[in-house]
Amino acid sequence: MSPSARDARLIWLLSASAVIASGLLLLILLFLAKEAWPVLSHIGAAKFLLDDGWHPTEGTFGLVPMLAASLAMSALAIVLAAPLGVASALFCRFYAPPLIGRIYRWAIILLAGIPSVVLGLWGLTVIVPLIIWLSPPGTSLLAGSLILTLMMVPTVALTTEAALAAVPQSYWSGAAALGLSREGTILGIALPATRASIFAGILLATARALGETMAVLMVSGNVVQVPKSLFDPVRTLTANIALEMAYATGDHRASLFVSGLVLTLLVLALAAAARHTGGQVVHA
Amino acid sequence: MPDATGTAVTSTPRALRYLVLQGVTWMAAALVAGAFAWMLADIIWQGAGRLDWSFVTTSPKSAGRSGGIAPILVSTLLILTVAIAVAAPLGLATAVLLSEFTRHGGHAGRWIGLSLDVLAGVPSIVFGIFGNAFFSVWLGLGFSILAGGLTLACMALPILIRIAESGLRAVPNDWRLGAAALGMSRATVLCQVLIPAATPALVAGLMLGIGRAMAETAALVFTSGYVDRMPSSLFDSGRAISVHIYDLTMNVAGGDRSAYASALVLIALLIIINGAAIGLADRALTRRITPI
Repeated sequence: MSPSARDARLIWLLSASAVIASGLLLLILLFLAKEAWPVLSHIGAAKFLLDDGWHPTEGTFGLVPMLAASLAMSALAIVLAAPLGVASALFCRFYAPPLIGRIYRWAIILLAGIPSVVLGLWGLTVIVPLIIWLSPPGTSLLAGSLILTLMMVPTVALTTEAALAAVPQSYWSGAAALGLSREGTILGIALPATRASIFAGILLATARALGETMAVLMVSGNVVQVPKSLFDPVRTLTANIALEMAYATGDHRASLFVSGLVLTLLVLALAAAARHTGGQVVHA
Repeated sequence: MPDATGTAVTSTPRALRYLVLQGVTWMAAALVAGAFAWMLADIIWQGAGRLDWSFVTTSPKSAGRSGGIAPILVSTLLILTVAIAVAAPLGLATAVLLSEFTRHGGHAGRWIGLSLDVLAGVPSIVFGIFGNAFFSVWLGLGFSILAGGLTLACMALPILIRIAESGLRAVPNDWRLGAAALGMSRATVLCQVLIPAATPALVAGLMLGIGRAMAETAALVFTSGYVDRMPSSLFDSGRAISVHIYDLTMNVAGGDRSAYASALVLIALLIIINGAAIGLADRALTRRITPI
């Protein structure tokens, strides 16, 4: 075979692979839609928002309690994880002695790699008993948020640290020439300059938190209700899919695919927002 | 600085500001590190008590309360093998196309890249129900190691491609020009120059993908299933180690000790895989660089 014919065949092979790889997303969305379609077509999308309660076998499909639980849990987790993550990054870069900073950074990376099911196991056997002591039943919105916080801190910390490392040297020199203190430089220059990247990191972490399933399922009690307090057991959208998929049939199964579709769109919207904000270059 | 924040920042005494900021960052770090150390200590302490050689070589008894995790380790290995066997060639080919055969910033490259980034953001439980609907039901694979491995391959694909692509892009352009000047075909350049030069990144990407796949639970529960017997073929259902931890924690009263021991095994495996990735990448790098 001549070299050019071999090249042509190579390019054909590579293109075929790329088509498969990039077509995968379409296939997933199409399949979710195909599985969700029966219930969407004869029941309608509105019922999923307007119905009172989730009893899919009796024909009520209200996703609102689960949606509220997912949003509340992620919101609380981000309120805790954002300051902790940003402070962790500042600690690594500016305040820790070199050795401690390195060890801490290494620990953050390790924490980022801990499987969610292990976090769930630890949460259920350690955090939940602590919360029982405050207010039973223990498995609650709060427990879910705390475990999510542990999962989100590394994402926020590592993106913030990368952003701080990318602040141009000239900014530091300029601040030093103006006689600004280090704190003045950090608060007045470095953090504002990296604002967009930090925000993008937080959005990305929120998207992960919304999509997290196992850890949340294990510690949050899985009662379908709109949470009224931190100590209420709740069921998130993801946990609902994982719990009921095993035995669901017919409309019930289709309605789980509807909630999967809702979840995917929610997470993708957040990721798109993160891409959009992260794309803005604040410093030239 | 005339604006409000500027005056607030400059009016606080410097020493106080230094102390406050230092105190806050140390406290945050102590809190995170403390929680993490507590968790690690729990896993090691509770896991090590139950862990011995027979734990990794025998089958689970009474739903995992006693006995070991040998069939679970075998299933995990098989699922990962299927996932890598499918995702690695597909990922490498796509990465080569993106880095070598599309214009940087061109239409095709942008669309492929965008779809991969979006795919990377899809929650794992969604991969799970897709895998169930597509591989298990539509393709008729049922609850099987094959269905689980294929689902994980879909999940690992974006990270494999992105890391391989950046590794290939990092190969200096001089090498491509030199090879072209020698009249080598692009296929030869690819096999003889680019892929060997990018090996560290390819291996690192592969290991990271394996690590991600190994930690995965939600995508496997409805594809590879729960069966904890030794699998005899790829069409058998097999329980991955993360699914085993989940099942012991949630569905088996008194399974906590075994769950912790399994968690310890899982974390040790993850650390070994990531360590091997770094070591292999380093070796490949020195091997490439020393003869020059």
